[in-house]
Amino acid sequence: MSTSDVTREGIRGAHPGREALTGAVSTLDGHRRDHPSRRRVRRGEPEFRSYYDKPVLNQIVWEPRDIAGYLFLGGLAGASSVLAAGADLTDRPDLARPLKYTALGAITGSVAALVNDLGRPARFVNMLRVLKWTSPMSVGSWILAAYGPLAGAAAVSQATGILPGLGRTAAVGAAALGPAVAAYTAPLICDTAVPAWHEGYREMPFVFVGSAAAAAGGMGMATAPVEQAAPARRAAVLGSVLETAALWRMEHRMGMVAKPYREGRSGGLMRAAKILTVAGAAGALLGGRNRAVSAVAGAALLAGSACTRFGVFSAGVASAADPKYTVVPQRQRLEERKTDAAISAAKAAASSPSPGPEEPSDS
Amino acid sequence: MPADSPHPRMGFFTDTSVCIGCKACEVACKEWNAVPEDGLNFTAMSFDNSGGLGADTWRHVAFIEQRASVGVQESGVGRPDGAAAPVDLGMPSFDKPGDAAGADERGEFRWLMSSDVCKHCTHAACLDVCPTGALFRTEFGTVVVQEDICNGCGYCVPACPYGVIDKREDDGRVWKCTLCYDRLGEGLEPACAKACPTDSIQFGELDELRARADERVRHLHEAGIDSARLYGRDPDDGVGGDGAFFLLLDEPEVYGLPPDPVVTTRDLPSMWRHAGAAAAVLLAGITATFLGRRR
Amino acid sequence: MGVRRLIQSWPVYRQFTGGDPSGRGGAAKSAASARLAPRTSRADRVVKSVCPYCAVGCGQNVYVRDDKVIQIEGDPDSPISRGRLCPKGSASLQLTTGSSRRHTVLYRRPHAPDFEEIDLWTAMDMVADRVIATRREGWQDHLDGLRVARTMGIASLGGATLDNEENYLIKKLFTALGVVQVENQARVCHSSTVAGLGTSFGRGGATTFMQDLQNSDCIVIEGSNYAEAHPVGFQWVMEAKARGAVVIHVDPRFSRTSALADLHVPIRAGTDIAFLGGLINRVLTDDAYFRDYLLAYTNAATIVTDDFQDTEDLDGLFSGFDPDQRTYDLNTWRYAGVDIAPASGDRDAHYAERAGAPQETAEAGRPEQQGSGGAAVGGTPETDPTLTHPRCVFQILKRHYSRYTPEAVEEICGIPRDLFDRVYRHLTENSGRDRTSAFCYAVGWTQHTVGAQYIRAACVLQLLLGNIGRPGGGIQALRGHASIQGSSDIPTLYNLLPGYIPMPHAHGNQSLDDFVAADAAVNGFWADMKSYLVSLLKAWWGDHATADNDYAFDYLPRITGDHSTYATVMAQLRGECKGYFLMGENPAVGSANSRAQRMGMANLDWLVVRDFSLIESATWWKDGPEIESGELRTEDIATEVFFFPAAAHTEKSGTFTNTNRTLQWHDRAVLPGGDARSDLWFTYHLGRIIRQKLAGSTDPRDLPLLHLTWDYPLEEGQEPDAAAVLAEINGYGPDGRPLGGYTQLRDDGSTTCGCWIYCGVFADGVNQAARRKPHTEQDWIAAEWAWAWPANRRVLYNRASADPQGRPWSERKALVWWDPASGRWTGHDIPDFEADKAPDYRPPEGATGVAAISGTDPFIMQGDGKGWLYAPAGLKDGPLPTHYEPQDSPFGNLLYGQDRNPVRQVHPHDLNRYHPGPGDPGAGVFPYVVTTYRLTEHFTAGGMSRWTPYLAELQPEFFCEVSPELAAERGLTHGSWATIVTARNAIEARVLVTDRMAPLRVHGRTVHTIGMPYHWGPNGYSTGDAFNELSSIALDGNVHIQEVKALTADIRPGRRPRGPDRLALVRDYHERAGITVRTGTEV
Ligand SMILES: Nc1nc2c(c(=O)[nH]1)N[C@H]1C(S)=C(S)[C@@H](COP(=O)(O)OP(=O)(O)OC[C@H]3O[C@@H](n4cnc5c(=O)[nH]c(N)nc54)[C@H](O)[C@@H]3O)O[C@H]1N2
Ligand SMILES: Nc1nc2c(c(=O)[nH]1)N[C@H]1C(S)=C(S)[C@@H](COP(=O)(O)OP(=O)(O)OC[C@H]3O[C@@H](n4cnc5c(=O)[nH]c(N)nc54)[C@H](O)[C@@H]3O)O[C@H]1N2
Ligand code: SF4
Ligand code: SF4
Ligand code: SF4
Ligand code: SF4
Ligand code: SF4
Ligand SMILES: [Mo]
Repeated sequence: MSTSDVTREGIRGAHPGREALTGAVSTLDGHRRDHPSRRRVRRGEPEFRSYYDKPVLNQIVWEPRDIAGYLFLGGLAGASSVLAAGADLTDRPDLARPLKYTALGAITGSVAALVNDLGRPARFVNMLRVLKWTSPMSVGSWILAAYGPLAGAAAVSQATGILPGLGRTAAVGAAALGPAVAAYTAPLICDTAVPAWHEGYREMPFVFVGSAAAAAGGMGMATAPVEQAAPARRAAVLGSVLETAALWRMEHRMGMVAKPYREGRSGGLMRAAKILTVAGAAGALLGGRNRAVSAVAGAALLAGSACTRFGVFSAGVASAADPKYTVVPQRQRLEERKTDAAISAAKAAASSPSPGPEEPSDS
Repeated sequence: MPADSPHPRMGFFTDTSVCIGCKACEVACKEWNAVPEDGLNFTAMSFDNSGGLGADTWRHVAFIEQRASVGVQESGVGRPDGAAAPVDLGMPSFDKPGDAAGADERGEFRWLMSSDVCKHCTHAACLDVCPTGALFRTEFGTVVVQEDICNGCGYCVPACPYGVIDKREDDGRVWKCTLCYDRLGEGLEPACAKACPTDSIQFGELDELRARADERVRHLHEAGIDSARLYGRDPDDGVGGDGAFFLLLDEPEVYGLPPDPVVTTRDLPSMWRHAGAAAAVLLAGITATFLGRRR
Repeated sequence: MGVRRLIQSWPVYRQFTGGDPSGRGGAAKSAASARLAPRTSRADRVVKSVCPYCAVGCGQNVYVRDDKVIQIEGDPDSPISRGRLCPKGSASLQLTTGSSRRHTVLYRRPHAPDFEEIDLWTAMDMVADRVIATRREGWQDHLDGLRVARTMGIASLGGATLDNEENYLIKKLFTALGVVQVENQARVCHSSTVAGLGTSFGRGGATTFMQDLQNSDCIVIEGSNYAEAHPVGFQWVMEAKARGAVVIHVDPRFSRTSALADLHVPIRAGTDIAFLGGLINRVLTDDAYFRDYLLAYTNAATIVTDDFQDTEDLDGLFSGFDPDQRTYDLNTWRYAGVDIAPASGDRDAHYAERAGAPQETAEAGRPEQQGSGGAAVGGTPETDPTLTHPRCVFQILKRHYSRYTPEAVEEICGIPRDLFDRVYRHLTENSGRDRTSAFCYAVGWTQHTVGAQYIRAACVLQLLLGNIGRPGGGIQALRGHASIQGSSDIPTLYNLLPGYIPMPHAHGNQSLDDFVAADAAVNGFWADMKSYLVSLLKAWWGDHATADNDYAFDYLPRITGDHSTYATVMAQLRGECKGYFLMGENPAVGSANSRAQRMGMANLDWLVVRDFSLIESATWWKDGPEIESGELRTEDIATEVFFFPAAAHTEKSGTFTNTNRTLQWHDRAVLPGGDARSDLWFTYHLGRIIRQKLAGSTDPRDLPLLHLTWDYPLEEGQEPDAAAVLAEINGYGPDGRPLGGYTQLRDDGSTTCGCWIYCGVFADGVNQAARRKPHTEQDWIAAEWAWAWPANRRVLYNRASADPQGRPWSERKALVWWDPASGRWTGHDIPDFEADKAPDYRPPEGATGVAAISGTDPFIMQGDGKGWLYAPAGLKDGPLPTHYEPQDSPFGNLLYGQDRNPVRQVHPHDLNRYHPGPGDPGAGVFPYVVTTYRLTEHFTAGGMSRWTPYLAELQPEFFCEVSPELAAERGLTHGSWATIVTARNAIEARVLVTDRMAPLRVHGRTVHTIGMPYHWGPNGYSTGDAFNELSSIALDGNVHIQEVKALTADIRPGRRPRGPDRLALVRDYHERAGITVRTGTEV
């Protein structure tokens, strides 16, 4: 029955329509069905519900070629600058030269890929409109803005022989920024809601710098005379080990979200990366002094590094496309929180005697 | 929120328990914002042919058919004995109709409808990660993309934990609900809320809306509608509470919402630390390669 | 700009100098954002308007800048909509300014493969020539010796989307031309409403207004999908719910309305009378009726003639049935002790007796005349206040419904007994002295071969429960189009004149007085019909209408039977009707049996289509389904086709009458673009040109046209001034001043009035329909918002909200009451009663007219002042609603030997075959029940939604809804295609398998329902097969409405065959089911 009246004075007791209830009034003589809330689960799968199996997240709009390429090239450039500066300082000109060129080429390619991926490439400069610590892409843009000219100056001076002093200084500067260039792309992708990326944010920078070192090492092995390439080989081995170990740890810590790193297209890329990287590292270790082996191993390392980036990229894509990667971990988190809360509530109740009479607890 | 803001924070309380699924909100939004029509896609997802939020759908009405009931609502759609065996609908319901066609299952049915929108998060990942400042927080505490700035880097898209913001392919920029920023400036109600025939979408000062929503849930619980819950209302949740929050009648994921979203940038300091460490490792490692015997 | 300024505008600079170091707030704000303002703030003007889609009539604000409409949104002042708009209302900017609208006139020559563009005035001239020629060819001075003075060569269809003023001019012009086949959507939509409500209460409009639903204790929505078809009106149901009202939805499908109801009751389509009869039976047997109300205000106590025999006695037939004519002799249904048979909606049936002339015509559809007036009763009927007399209405009612038991309801409707019981208890516990319940229905009830009786059944129930005329009570007939109520009131309908005055039938030497004597009531307000009619004739023929020539009564052409739109289609198929105007209607999609519609059009000499875009009815000759199937070839079709682009609601001024019977004025915001013109413009100029061409003619056939008052002031763009037309509708007094109300009308030629029930809309020379006092400044009645007929009342029969002594039945249900101090009726609403007629007034001996209505009789339009539980006349199929099965049904009638409505109207034709009756082995070939309905996102035949991308994308494809069980039975796959077949045609649709379609247990077996929205057709942006390919022309005999809410079909997986194979499939079904042209047409 309505609780409002139409009196001679007008309507009394009105309520706005937004207070309407559905499913509250079918209570004739207390007729109220009590439904045990039945929830059925699709057999054989963890309990998980979604909206028509649609992803919760919107899909990554980045072109794999552009953005995975950008990650790879950025890493290659950054690590190359460090190696090149080392080579400069330790007087390995034949190692330094190709790596300086590599750094410039790679960073140019990296930036070009990034710009190419923009929906409005003409507005690239807007990247420097603000400086936001909360945005790895913003931070990265500023880093690139500083690094790019240095890497360029180093390479140009190397090639032309003009202002060699300044060129060296530039090379050192680029080397100083190089690790940042190689590393910032990890927060860049991890600072998203993409489960396979975000969940790996602790290890991802190590994967990336490892991969970068391997790539730069590989590049050094492929381009420098074997005599001068020892640091490159060491860098390659070191990088490969770091990348592989970090990846291993990452996958193990991520739980079910690691699946895309093992399955499907992204899993395939990751396996290819592993094989190429291990093979390249082995080549560096065992056959590094052989020019041909060195060249092949270097190429394998480069390819391995590229596969890692493409693999990570496509694992992210796959994890964003399947709602279970979003829902299941969050559900688990909620359940854990609930249990934790229950435990601490129980503890609190046990430690502090309740002032009133004890309430019966049924759960 | 900017300190110079004279405005209280504005937001939405979308009470899905009074939604009639009319989609006026979707259309009113498109008309006001001149959002492009995005094609004829028959989805067979109940009455939802918009699919989800995106660059061209800033309000999205979800339709969920379930074998469960709202309170003591009597759906009447029980299956008579002797009806033929049901088929697999390929539908999202977690149990396919007929899986449990026991007598006790008779008549349990409900059709949930819910209008989704950008949450205007307190801690908005999209806004945090935007490298251009195209996304910014307005004086109303809302999160808005500035179409004259966005360069379409696409970063905000995977950053949003709710799958809201998206890139419009032929335009190159990203788009989402602006909470009708232009209208708010003149003291007007957002177009979707204004149109909503049943006030399912309630617009106002966030504090007031939160109080109203708390009262509403209490009311629903008293009436025996136990499944009612607020989503995005809690300022302590992973995104610091939503500027647009909801009253739902089932778990969020059933509506396509993440059950426990966390703004990704909450972990960013740690990410920077890890990245810094990794960079240091790289520098040290490569430096180390030059040490030792020259071979 | 200096470098300094440049740097200062750099957000990074602002970041570090302003208060926004993180760069996420004000620092990042762009110049464009700083300049942002809503485009509405730049509007030059805001024009008040009304949504052009449905009959809720939501207020709109139209924002105009540089003479372009830049935004349309809800008008917050409106008491009806409070600023809200559904998706359609919200899409009206795209509807009116979108690219799908046409702006040029198109012409198709006979046999030509395509349209060509032609000049507007040339086209007008050509149409005028064709009208003149075809009118002549089809002219009939006499028919069977009776003067008819008409042409059957021309027909017109459409009006519900148009303004009242446009309908008025169309009816006026075509009547003067002698065209009687003037019809609009009201026929196919709610014609049974007018008959059902009119015979029961006296007026054919909804008894209440949507906003008053907020005061209901219980709302039963049955035969309506309220939340989807009237979404913004549904806020008043929500308002009632918020206050604790129970909401019940009785519907074959679980719809968006059901989702918000407390109780959804699935019912087999086509069985509502059994269900309502079950409720009536239980109310009677449990004594749950409101006895005081029943005794005082209904005809429960009235004694019926002893000639009367009930369906109880005759196995489903009433007395007086003539199986050869398929008609009843209504004389055996009369009240006892009243000499003259009561006149009724079907008043002409008694013409002979009442006018003392021999009766010549039998077949006519008159009950809609009840739109505003009840039937007449001469003399005072005998009554038994103890309600025990065996022939009193109450006892007849009891007997009639005694077999409508809960068990019968369960067996027939498929509604389990406990569910039935729950509805019964909610309803009865929320009715009576202190509580009121409302019924809301729409076309789920009207569109049946027993449509009028569905509504009657609700009337009976609501009268028993004492719910009529009271706050929160009543019956809300949710009307369809923006002005379909208006196009019934000012009818572009063949059988009515404005204000529900009947169109005169052909009779020998019929004078105005004969006509009035036969058709007008003796008592009640209909007794003044002559004043209404003479004022109308004066409005139309001015000085040419004089007392000497019976006020030009003979200028009115005469009808001789059924000239409804479906009869016209049959006439087209026979080649009798040669010219056709479609003014805002799309029969090739919206009308039953669309194939027959198109085949009829293919027989025309010429066709004029006025619409926004190229709807199916305009292009069938080049791309219709019959072209695809090879049945027709474009080059063989001789029909000339003219397409005129129509002006939108924002481009013209005028009034819409919404479902609350409220006339709301909308102002023109901009002039229409290109060749688009208003229908007012078209009708006016067409009339002007024809009159010019015939000027000087002395042919008596042309005089009605030449003498017609046809001077309207022209505004910009030569658009006639709609306000002037509305003022003519309102009428003028002898002093030339606008009249204030219909009680001022006189039968001596001193007053004019284009529609008597609208008299008062221009009271004091003020356009009352344009009043817009915000709802926040008024009570819920909102009497100062626009204007409602009659006399601005919002709740009809509101005298019944007070007890016989004039006190509210309950202080929580006070609406109007007698104030002894002032000697007047007072209250919230305008009393639907003579203001100073005291409750103790008793008519003096021999009183007639209004004076014969006592101070306790709330139903002032009825001859006896009572609400009619039993309709002693007015309906052709019985005085009491009786359950009959639909034309096409899988089941026989469980209650009687008579399966189907014996006086339903069938049109046997090769193109219009019916399914075998129940029991016939062939019936099993079409085992499933099909019902049709609307979606929130689309509008009717799609002309205003399928071309509108924002709407089309929301429901992009035609689909059918089936239960999982039916899907399993027929191998249908969710999301893929199915073919649905009837004896008429085969169509395809996408499949939605859903629990919302519940299989029902009927007659001891499971029956499945297939649900299909009917909005699609082959043209437009979103396309699909038209549902109405499947429906047949099977009509309610009272009002000729088609049965599209309950039919049968077969369904199979996969797409339908293409080309000739499509009809081959249908023929194959004919053979399997043994269908001939006569199948299913037996009584
Ligand atoms: N969105 C939208 N709104 C509209 C329109 C539109 O096309 N779209 N059209 C307008 C027009 S012209 C009209 S007339 C109104 C119509 O308004 P409604 O009558 O509400 O519209 P429908 O959906 O045709 O039918 C109503 C319901 O009747 C049910 N039904 C079918 N058969 C039966 C039966 O035998 N018994 C019972 N009890 N129910 C039955 C259907 O399942 C459906 O849910 O809507 C108007 N408003
Ligand atoms: N199977 C089935 N069939 C049905 C029904 C059903 O429920 N089921 N419902 C029936 C009902 S209730 C109705 S009302 C009919 C509706 O059937 P129709 O009236 O044939 O359908 P609409 O699409 O509304 O057609 C109206 C046309 O008028 C045009 N129009 C709008 N405004 C104007 C204007 O100002 N001037 C002019 N000249 N044109 C204008 C529109 O563009 C549109 O094309 O369908 C009926 N048919
Ligand atoms: S919901 Fe997504 S798009 Fe909206 S403010 Fe939050 S993060 Fe940004
Ligand atoms: S796409 Fe536009 S809004 Fe999104 S992060 Fe990039 S610049 Fe910012
Ligand atoms: S607030 Fe404005 S922009 Fe956001 S969904 Fe509503 S109408 Fe669209
Ligand atoms: S407008 Fe309101 S009622 Fe309609 S779908 Fe949107 S939220 Fe629901
Ligand atoms: S279609 Fe009807 S309910 Fe919707 S806005 Fe228009 S008038 Fe209102
Ligand atoms: Mo209608």
